[in-house]
Amino acid sequence: MSAIEIRDLSVYFGEGAEQMRAVKSANFTVAEGESFGLVGESGSGKSTVLRAIAGLVDSWTGEMSVLGTPLGRKRAPAFFKQVQMVFQDPYASLHPRHTVDRVLGEVLKLHGFSDIDARIDRLLDDVGLGKGFRFRYPHQLSGGQRQRVAIARALAPEPRIVLLDEPTSALDVSVQAEILNLLSDLRAERGLTYLMVSHDLGVIGHMCDRIAVMQHGEIVELLDVEKMRALQAEHAYTRHLLDSSIRSVREIS
Amino acid sequence: MTSLLDVENLRVTFPTRSGSFEAVRGISFSLGRERLGIVGESGSGKSMTGRAILKLIRKPGIVTADRMQMGGTDLLTASEREMRRIRGRHASMIMQDPKFSLNPVMTVGSQITEALLTHEKLSRAEARKRAVAMLDAVAIRDPERVMSLYPHEVSGGMGQRIMIAMMLIPNPEILIADEPTSALDVSVQLQVLEIMDKLVTDRGMGLIFISHDLNLVSNFCDRILIMYAGRIVEVCQAGKLHEAKHPYTIGLLNSVPDLEHPRPRLDALQRDPAWREAPSVSALT
Repeated sequence: MSAIEIRDLSVYFGEGAEQMRAVKSANFTVAEGESFGLVGESGSGKSTVLRAIAGLVDSWTGEMSVLGTPLGRKRAPAFFKQVQMVFQDPYASLHPRHTVDRVLGEVLKLHGFSDIDARIDRLLDDVGLGKGFRFRYPHQLSGGQRQRVAIARALAPEPRIVLLDEPTSALDVSVQAEILNLLSDLRAERGLTYLMVSHDLGVIGHMCDRIAVMQHGEIVELLDVEKMRALQAEHAYTRHLLDSSIRSVREIS
Repeated sequence: MTSLLDVENLRVTFPTRSGSFEAVRGISFSLGRERLGIVGESGSGKSMTGRAILKLIRKPGIVTADRMQMGGTDLLTASEREMRRIRGRHASMIMQDPKFSLNPVMTVGSQITEALLTHEKLSRAEARKRAVAMLDAVAIRDPERVMSLYPHEVSGGMGQRIMIAMMLIPNPEILIADEPTSALDVSVQLQVLEIMDKLVTDRGMGLIFISHDLNLVSNFCDRILIMYAGRIVEVCQAGKLHEAKHPYTIGLLNSVPDLEHPRPRLDALQRDPAWREAPSVSALT
């Protein structure tokens, strides 16, 4: 059974003559325990795919299934026990007037856990923050710490799949390294499946086993990370992306 | 080398309820006809340094220095009126996000000609001709059409090239670019940088390139200042970045995931409190 299966997925925005197809007949499968990456430029539809799976966009056609269960227009509460999402901007994704304790407590309560108090402490330990952060407000945390809280919130219902939408693009490279290490550790410990969106090929190459490259709403190429590292892309656009990313790293000397 | 800008012991201080906070803590550097990179994490004081040069730090922020000399002008004693003459004519600045730095209710054309007409006496028709030529120089196709567009009608990459055109049209000697490409996609990033690089080199300008991306800066600069907690911890020649000695610089370099050299774990930066206390390295030439 695959963790995520997407068949012929198209997502539309707007109506009538203004209608625009943000995702065009996307097909891919993510195996359980796999880390799958979606890359592309802004406007390529990569985040829209993630939002469609999470149920944040309902104007789609095609078939999607998660852990063998086909998805409809509405998501059942059981879905959110299996699938959770981490968003791009840690400054915007936490309620500014809720403490960390309340953010995590709310999720745990919604998912029907009874030992909330012990679980909050454990979650904070798991993401490397510790109990000292429990009664802080988001403005008392740095960007990296906020993203750790967002990850703790996503882990609270003990999901099997985590959707990651550019989880480190708002962070400094040094903090990015810490968060990526944390995500790798959590996946190894809990056997999580990741579906990660990023514009940064370095990050995707570090985190993912297989990669889908998107351009103008279409998946133009699916490739293994080994192939990507060896720069053996078939599609011209993938080669262009790889070339840009390598050139911005390597010194022109 | 004659320097375009000399800064000695620059400090930027903000008074807060719990005492004053120093964002920049006594840095010294000079800029010649070269490309100087300033790199650091958020909060290292790199953007504040760029703003302080043009005296763009708003109250209650306080800028002090032993010396701040741009060409023949002493920036420390310059009045606001003199500063307005200097900004654009002698030194201009490109900000991070074109969405927030272009005027949303003015057409591209009128914004660019305004920059020119502020500093030079010439007819509107002449200014328009120069603006179109400048847009052409930043590789914008069909510049005549773009002149009449509003900022929301252009893409991010185009917006940033329009910013570059606007900042370069009065022919300044110094260009300060504060994260000019961070808001852009990787593939557009290089194009914008190459255009900026070419124009700066052709005109023999001095460039201050502020960025958090050490690798990117090393490609486009001659000399790099690495800032940590408001001080310069190391000065590197761009080609010799791999010879960097400061643990902070090495840590930054190693924390970037590299596509071609995968590692199971990224090196997390271990911060040493001593870095904060170490005196600032001088980057005067």
